[in-house]
Amino acid sequence: MDGAYLEIRDLVKSYDGKTRALDRVSLSARRGEFVTFLGPSGSGKTTTLMVIAGFEAPDAGLVRVAGQSMAGVPPHKRGIGVVFQNYALFPHRTALQNVMFPLLMRKVPRAQAARKAAEMLDLVGLADFGNRHPRQLSGGQQQRVALARALVFDPTLLLLDEPLGALDKNLREQMQLEIKRIQRALHVTTVFVTHDQSEAMALSDRIVVFEGGRIQQDATPLEIYNRPRTEFVARFVGDSNLLRARITDPGAGIAEVEGLGPSRVLPQQAQVLPNGQGTLLLRPEALAPAEADAPNRLVLAVEEVVHFGDSALLIGRAGGVTLRARIGGRAAQGIGAGAQVPLGWRPDAAHLIGA
Amino acid sequence: MRAVASPATGDAGFAVPAARGTWRPWLLVAPLLAFLAAFFLVPLGQVLVMSVTDPEPGFGHFVAIATDGFFLRVLAQTFATALLVAVLTLLLGFPLAYAMAEAGPRMAALMMVLVTMSFWTSFLVRTYAWMVILGKSGPIAWLSATLLGGAPPELLFTRFSSTLAMVHILIPYMVLSLYAALRRIEPAVLRSAASLGAPPVSVFRHVILPLAAPGVVNGLTLVFVLCLGFYVTPVLIGSPREQMIAGVIGHQVEEFLAFGEASALSVVLLASTMIVLGVYHRRFGLDRLWG
Ligand SMILES: Nc1ncnc2c1ncn2[C@@H]1O[C@H](COP(=O)(O)OP(=O)(O)O)[C@@H](O)[C@H]1O
Ligand SMILES: [Mg+2]
Repeated sequence: MDGAYLEIRDLVKSYDGKTRALDRVSLSARRGEFVTFLGPSGSGKTTTLMVIAGFEAPDAGLVRVAGQSMAGVPPHKRGIGVVFQNYALFPHRTALQNVMFPLLMRKVPRAQAARKAAEMLDLVGLADFGNRHPRQLSGGQQQRVALARALVFDPTLLLLDEPLGALDKNLREQMQLEIKRIQRALHVTTVFVTHDQSEAMALSDRIVVFEGGRIQQDATPLEIYNRPRTEFVARFVGDSNLLRARITDPGAGIAEVEGLGPSRVLPQQAQVLPNGQGTLLLRPEALAPAEADAPNRLVLAVEEVVHFGDSALLIGRAGGVTLRARIGGRAAQGIGAGAQVPLGWRPDAAHLIGA
Repeated sequence: MRAVASPATGDAGFAVPAARGTWRPWLLVAPLLAFLAAFFLVPLGQVLVMSVTDPEPGFGHFVAIATDGFFLRVLAQTFATALLVAVLTLLLGFPLAYAMAEAGPRMAALMMVLVTMSFWTSFLVRTYAWMVILGKSGPIAWLSATLLGGAPPELLFTRFSSTLAMVHILIPYMVLSLYAALRRIEPAVLRSAASLGAPPVSVFRHVILPLAAPGVVNGLTLVFVLCLGFYVTPVLIGSPREQMIAGVIGHQVEEFLAFGEASALSVVLLASTMIVLGVYHRRFGLDRLWG
């Protein structure tokens, strides 16, 4: 593959011989790329990571890093940095000793290892905590030590398995930025696992969506959000209105949409829809207070309003279907349950998913 | 005990849990305390008193113990044997505990049953079993006679036989101590060590061993202390010339009715045990001894 630094092809893995934890998983990453595995619990993200790291052997398929097949290479010879969900620090060693460990394993002289480890601790903002044991550090600090330890030996790849899962929301967001900053600074090819779609959106160059051991979609965050390939992806990433649609005039881009009647859609999308049947994805923010020239219009009978300050979510019914619309906070002032709100949407703000 | 004290009975909504908590647990352990007082503390007190009063008041027995070569030799012998047994149970028990910690849940359960099974048989029975195995007409004697010819080696009533039997009897304590410590090591910690470049031998040396150290100390202390006071096994199958202190105490009472001397020896044994446990407690905390 062109410029693929990490290459995974047709991985199959079953733990029990019956159900497939991984079912023909293929993906690749360029050097320095930040790829996120996103998917619900049990979808095969960790298994894929463990196969890459060498802790699980695949039943079939291959993993190549920098052009080298990893088949038969034991974990300690792969040179891959792994950050586990619960940090997995050595409890009997100080933060500095934890970070020195991979260097000592590589026969780096002790003094040099200590210097390099201290630099790495500095990079993750823990310069003054080298002498503490893991139990004397907060969750976020342990996380940073684990990150420093996985990076200090210049790994070929950095793998992170839900590293922020145990942190509270503020710390999470802070650590997301931190991880992104460090990853950019070191330009290390990174695979990050999460089940949190907003985290995936915030961090990634590319998102790989997993479900049931298969890859549902592999694309940039915006592509995943705006043009999900399956209903599963549309539902899993972001808030959505999904309505059954049947194309009535492919040339002009007219579709009969559940609850909304004949609507204008993008002809180029309408024409490629198999059998002319599919699902129309309308993100809540695609529904805007109607202006005169909006090609598709509807009136939402509001049942509930959720204010977020900067925006508000209107939940109501139109044409017998429930719809969610996200409008500006200012525009939402004065709208309450029972209001009839005219809304409109543009064909290019909607997306058709093949059935 | 804390769970017992919690106000979960639901009889009165306005009860003050803290006030209740102060006397309830004591009430519950009162029968046990009474039992211990009557059958343990009182006799123990008597032993203490007897050691300085029987047959006449004074510290004569202790002076005798400290100066008499025989008693000193018995004490040294006892400590050496206990140390040897503790180290042997460690060397033999570690691979087993390690295999148990590594095994799948079913295999681990099976091994646990096998290890604890010896708890179900009285150690008197196990001691007699060794008498049969090591005896003149036992399988080892037979094997040696058939293969090598000549007189079978003297296995029974030696230091070897009592050490062997005590190792066998005490090894479950060591295995359980080690197993508890090894089980507490997170698999992810071992995996992370490997991902950081440690080959299996280094993972063992730099991660598993140091993290198992509390279990090693626990096991050694437990076996050592239990072994110090061992009576039946050394008396039944040990060397009559190399007795351990508990055997000597029994001997003093049974043969010579020397209650004062026996009491003084008991006090020395008790003090030795307390010193070992005291050192352990200062270093690690006694509440951790049983895992
Ligand atoms: N060690 C294991 N033994 C048996 N089944 C496993 C094991 N690890 C994962 N699985 C199964 O494989 C599937 C994928 O799991 P996993 O890769 O951990 O998913 P994720 O990380 O996306 O939550 C799940 O159905 C899970 O139950
Ligand atoms: Mg997982």
